[in-house]
Amino acid sequence: MKTVFRYGLAVFIFLLFLIPFYMLFSLAGKTPMDTSSMWLPPRYIQFDNYLAAWNKAHLGRALLNNAVITAFSVFFIVGVGAAAAYPLARKKTRRNRIVGMVLISCLIVPPLTILVPLYKFIVDIHGLNTRWAMVCILVTFQLPLCIYLYKNFIQTVPAELDEAAVIDGCGPKTTFLRILLPLLKPATSSVVILCGIQVWNDYQFSVFFLQRSEVHTVAIALSQFVSQFQNDIGLVSAGCLLGLLPMTLVYLSLQKYFVKGLSEGAVKG
Amino acid sequence: MSLRKRTPSLYGGIDSMYLPALVMVGVFIFYPFIRGVVISCTNWNGYSPSYKFIGLKNYLNMFTDRRVLNTVRNTLVYGLGSTVLQTVFGFLLALFLDGRLRGKSFIRTIVYLPVIISPLIMGYIWYFFFRYSGGAMNDVMMLIGADPVDWFAGGRRAVRVITGINSFQYVGVAMIIFLAGLQSIGRHYYEAATIDGAGRMQQIGRITIPLLMPAINTNVIFAVIMGMKLFDVIVATTNGGPGYASQSLSTMMYSLYFSAQDAGYAAALGNLMLVIILLLTGLLLKFFRSREVDLV
Repeated sequence: MKTVFRYGLAVFIFLLFLIPFYMLFSLAGKTPMDTSSMWLPPRYIQFDNYLAAWNKAHLGRALLNNAVITAFSVFFIVGVGAAAAYPLARKKTRRNRIVGMVLISCLIVPPLTILVPLYKFIVDIHGLNTRWAMVCILVTFQLPLCIYLYKNFIQTVPAELDEAAVIDGCGPKTTFLRILLPLLKPATSSVVILCGIQVWNDYQFSVFFLQRSEVHTVAIALSQFVSQFQNDIGLVSAGCLLGLLPMTLVYLSLQKYFVKGLSEGAVKG
Repeated sequence: MSLRKRTPSLYGGIDSMYLPALVMVGVFIFYPFIRGVVISCTNWNGYSPSYKFIGLKNYLNMFTDRRVLNTVRNTLVYGLGSTVLQTVFGFLLALFLDGRLRGKSFIRTIVYLPVIISPLIMGYIWYFFFRYSGGAMNDVMMLIGADPVDWFAGGRRAVRVITGINSFQYVGVAMIIFLAGLQSIGRHYYEAATIDGAGRMQQIGRITIPLLMPAINTNVIFAVIMGMKLFDVIVATTNGGPGYASQSLSTMMYSLYFSAQDAGYAAALGNLMLVIILLLTGLLLKFFRSREVDLV
């Protein structure tokens, strides 16, 4: 009896968390004439909504923009963040403690609180509607988390390793690149996953700084698409489904790393 | 003894490695922040080159602005409501999925799936779900003989629904953190408790929860910060409406700046939000620090 209850509960949880995806799928498969309930699957197969959504929302271009922005952002987050964490973890001078505190405390600054001045600043440096300005902003707001994770991880790597490398003739920077960085792979995968998700899904910055359609990312393209075609719910659902497909596929194929990277990031921190 | 003296040469010149990070944070966070403080003391409309300094008037106006008071309350509900829901359900899910159950890693994967999805799209999905006409929720209401409900009307209900949507999306984070915490609790505590005759509920209350305090701490801080800066879901569902009823500080700032063209006021609101979040996280951190336990 208890086992039956457990498995019943398990199935319930499973279904509960699949509901949103099922609904989207059900809506996207229906023609505009079909007004049957969202709970019922379509009784026919048609891909018109997907094709139309792909073209009308310009998802191809948006995905490309998203990929470029995410790739550059993650690259710089890892590079700048890991480099900054190294002296902060290894050389605990008074100055470095203060620098570390300043950098990491930015973690609790909600990005939108400085929206007004940031927007003005980006306009002033001619960064509006450019991918590079977007990368700069996204990198900056992910840096505190990244530095925090790397710093905690580096502290678990014995300092004797650095000493041995220096005795063998490595400079401190070579030590970092050749010895430490390869050892930081678990932290790097945490950072790539945590920051990658947020950068890929960003909407709050993109909506302000990427207003021209040529630089739209998936979230922005979709939000315009949804408000334009909100009466054709099947079409809109197909667009949403296509929009969340890339990240879902990446997640399902790398889920082992996602869960591990996340729990390590959260618990070590 | 020699280690301390050798440190400078071992790590000589590495301090420069944090310069790029410091420059970026300085340019894109601190510099705008200082400019924001200046803008918040003006009546700047967001685009014209001329504006006047009006001192603290923007800040004083906030205290008598009903929209602001309502928005602050909404933001607190988004933040604290999500925190309670995520922590409680995350804990229950972790407890359930830590036990003996076939296919539990599969269910974990599914519970975690919403976390990686764009909150904007998640908002749209639930918007379709709760729509007045043809929404899945109202189909159920009619099936059980009740009247259809306008889930996003009336403000308070919209705020609760949005809080629920946000919690649904991020309960997976809490679950993962609690699972990691549960796995770090040694079996011997439970064995000893069983010998002493403690039941399952007692064990959870006296062993599991106290030892999970660091995990609870992490969760609460994370959920409060995430919930208070809620933006995407609100834009996708009610866009702050009806009127200002479900506005959060983030969305209100957006509409003040870009629709109402009141940049000075928007900047002041941003600073208010920063102060509220800093105060709240500070208080929570202090509260949890006094509550961490060490069972030996």
